[in-house]
Amino acid sequence: MGDWKTITVPVLSSDSKNIFQYTSEKKMSPPSLNTQVLRLPLPSSKSMHTFFSAFCTEENIEQSISYLNRELTTLGFPSIYAESKGKELNIISVINCMNELLVLQHKNLRAQEEVEMQHLKLGSDMDHLQNCYAKLKEQLELSKREIVGLQERDRQLQSKNRNLHQLLKNEKDEVQKLQNIISSRATQYNHDMKRKEREYNKLKERLHQLVMNKKDKKIAMDVLNYVGRADGKRGAWRTDKTEARNEEEMYKALLNDYEQRQKQLLMENAELKKVLQQMKKEIISLLPPQKQKPKERSEDGPVLSDLEEDIGELNKENMWELSCETVREQLTNSIRKQWRMLKNHVEKLDNQVSRVHSGALNDKDVISREDHELETEKLELEIQQCKEMIKTQQQLLQQQLMSPCDDDTTLLLQDCYLLEERERLQEEWRLFREQKKNFEKERRSFTEAAIRLGLERKAFEEDRGAWLKQQFLSMTTDYKHSENVTTPSAFLGSSDQDNRLVNSISQQRKPHCMLSVPIPAEPCQMSQCISHNSSNAGSKKPAGDNKPNQWEESDKEETE
Amino acid sequence: MNFSELFKLSGLLGKFSPDGKCLASCVQYRLIIRDVNTLQILQLYTCLDQIQYIEWSSDSLFILCAMYKRGIVQVWSLEQPDWHCKIDEGSAGLVASCWSPDGRHILNTTEFHLRITVWSLCTKSVSYIKYPKACQQGIAFTKDGRYMALAERRDCKDFISLFVCSDWQLLRHFDTETQDLFGIEWAPNGCVLAVWDTCLEYKILLYSLDGRLLSTYRAYEWSLGIKSIAWSPSSQFLAIGSYDEKVRILNHVTWKKITEFEHPASITNPKTIVYKEVEKSPSVETERLSFPRRALASSLFSAQSKYDISQVPVSLQYVKPIADRANPKIGIGMLAFSPDNCFLATKNDNIPNAVWIWDIQKLKLFVVLEQLGAIQSFQWDPLQPRLAICTGNSKVYLWSPAGCVSVQVPMEGDFQILSLCWHSSGDSVALLSKDNFCVCYLEREEVK
Repeated sequence: MGDWKTITVPVLSSDSKNIFQYTSEKKMSPPSLNTQVLRLPLPSSKSMHTFFSAFCTEENIEQSISYLNRELTTLGFPSIYAESKGKELNIISVINCMNELLVLQHKNLRAQEEVEMQHLKLGSDMDHLQNCYAKLKEQLELSKREIVGLQERDRQLQSKNRNLHQLLKNEKDEVQKLQNIISSRATQYNHDMKRKEREYNKLKERLHQLVMNKKDKKIAMDVLNYVGRADGKRGAWRTDKTEARNEEEMYKALLNDYEQRQKQLLMENAELKKVLQQMKKEIISLLPPQKQKPKERSEDGPVLSDLEEDIGELNKENMWELSCETVREQLTNSIRKQWRMLKNHVEKLDNQVSRVHSGALNDKDVISREDHELETEKLELEIQQCKEMIKTQQQLLQQQLMSPCDDDTTLLLQDCYLLEERERLQEEWRLFREQKKNFEKERRSFTEAAIRLGLERKAFEEDRGAWLKQQFLSMTTDYKHSENVTTPSAFLGSSDQDNRLVNSISQQRKPHCMLSVPIPAEPCQMSQCISHNSSNAGSKKPAGDNKPNQWEESDKEETE
Repeated sequence: MNFSELFKLSGLLGKFSPDGKCLASCVQYRLIIRDVNTLQILQLYTCLDQIQYIEWSSDSLFILCAMYKRGIVQVWSLEQPDWHCKIDEGSAGLVASCWSPDGRHILNTTEFHLRITVWSLCTKSVSYIKYPKACQQGIAFTKDGRYMALAERRDCKDFISLFVCSDWQLLRHFDTETQDLFGIEWAPNGCVLAVWDTCLEYKILLYSLDGRLLSTYRAYEWSLGIKSIAWSPSSQFLAIGSYDEKVRILNHVTWKKITEFEHPASITNPKTIVYKEVEKSPSVETERLSFPRRALASSLFSAQSKYDISQVPVSLQYVKPIADRANPKIGIGMLAFSPDNCFLATKNDNIPNAVWIWDIQKLKLFVVLEQLGAIQSFQWDPLQPRLAICTGNSKVYLWSPAGCVSVQVPMEGDFQILSLCWHSSGDSVALLSKDNFCVCYLEREEVK
């Protein structure tokens, strides 16, 4: 854009009289890339001083002029000599040349400035990246240190743990030891006790003998008269019979006790059985009727079914009365089965209830949508994270590419990446490059198409102009020339606008490329290309005005 | 609630007769028999020395008075006041005396547990049982009075002898797997005998009447073990109180532990009701001051108390036992089932002011009574779930599932109730102090 302006301004100020200026410019700028343009002013600025001081003197003015002329012609300027091949200078041409040179100089300065700017930008970018790199390096260092710290801590904890284990083991040993001590003491104590008790028993025996043998008169019962027994019976002699009777009674008592217990257990059992039966019945009644229905259907009449049920119940009751051993498993199994069924049923019902409940609260769709939204949110987040990751990866890649000189960093970066990751990145990089190439290709074809379109239009306009001219000429040959000039110019103006539109389209594509292309060198080049085009387009406007034949030249250049 | 006047008493010797008609009490060497209803003196017997122990015969016809210092037992008949019987153990000495369940034999344990002499009141016969074990509870009769279990010690081993009480025939004799047997107790149905070891070892053995070992239970090792046990009246549960401040309940089918009741100093379960006795200053009413009756006057000056329901959590007063003393004051020292099997009252010796009442049907702590003084004694009403508690002051405390009351005994002077015993009908309680006793009559309405 800037290029375009810089060119148009001098054109407007110089009253657009001369064709040479533009032709020369066109000759020079389109084929040569900016690098060539950049190179041109450098030797000239260098040699400027020497030229001024020693280039032209009174003596060698002729040679200087001829030299200049030669130089200029090689550079594509028209000769500064007059047409007549004499040694006369064409002042106008000289001035034009000078002006052209000055303009060139200006342009070169501008370009230089720009390049410097770019250089600065790149330098700052570089700085930034270096900073980034330094920061990352620091981070790396920090995390390394952290890792070391953590490892140290881990080691400490492990050693502590080992110590504690040791302590625990020691304590256990201690406990074992103490237990052993206690038990040994206990046995010792028991032994001593036994010894003492034996002594004591001996003493007791002795005492007993002494006390009893003394025929202690005192030991006696002094009673007025013997009383009757509580039950009124006389005391029976102790015989074998009584012994047997006592045994019998004892066993009777025991038996009674056991019988009583058995009765209690039986009662308890009966109660429990009743409960179980009831439960079973209730479970059956509670269970979904589907299982019972076929049975009922199979039975013909209600009377029959009743009878059968009765029989079944009778059987069941009999079954209940049987000792548990025979029925136990059946019973428990059936109860378990039914219980499971009931449980399933209840669970099903619960599920249904919950579903109904949820349905009543809000539609299924809403829930699904909510879920969906949640899911999408999650996914979006994931995407963002992935993008960020990719960005960082790209940055790192750039860094790697931008500073290949820094062996340390490359090594570091190479170390940073796992082989796999690097491969993946390289793959990505390759893909990306391909994409870029495609983009460029597309862009080129697009611009070419645009140019072709423009040319076609120009041709068409020319044809039309010519046609109109012919018509005009054929109709009124005595028409003024001024009108002849203005009418095509109006048409041309419109075509220019179209051209500009095309350019703007190509320029609009530029920021898009900038976004997708991460390398700063690339967009720079591209913008140059584009600016080049635009400058072309801009220069067409006045050129088209003056000389239609000039277009052929520019066309040639473009097709080249 | 009514109270009789105070009567003199010595040695906490006051007992209702088993038939519930008479009340025997001792003052020094005199035995006084009163009518329960009128408290008039029916008989007055004079013994040879200060009486140390009295016991009614099962048919309430005789009463024995033991004078251990002299080695003499004197027996008195209520029907024939002039009938007398004196048993002299002579130089063998006497440390314990008791009736056999038939009420016609007296079992005397001589000094050093040399032997047990069985004296008959019906015949001249005397029997000896050698090697009785010197332990807390060495003799146990079944509730029906048919059998007697006796702990013996021979050759440093513990034995149990089962006797038929009617003719003192040895029915069974077997050794027990105990280090140092400490006590024996029959289940109320008379078919299972619980035998527990010394407190050094937690061990309880259960024997059938025919001498078979039914089961052994050990809760833990090493630390001090069983302190007290109690059978439920239905013989269904055996509660074992131990030094670890827990009560363990065994069932009668598998003899395994059903549950254990801890006795922590802080009660956190909000379902437990905690009654806390609080003193309230006596309300001085001018009317009563103007006509001060003697009984009321005394009660006016002694502090009144009532129960407050404490908000859970409650922390109870905890006494730290002295570690280097033998028989430390820690663990469950008293426990008793209510006659209907529904409740178990316990006392943890290191929380001396609290009685814990457990609901046996739910196997949960039901009520805690926190008294101002240390619990001296508690006893269940023999007919209904009603617990009488005394704490060594002049108040008697009654708890029933409906609630609890603190009753000041309206007596002049110092009356510190140390023990109490219920009348067999559950209508009255004898409150015993060191020097006096009185009878507390409970109204019939309350009984409902």
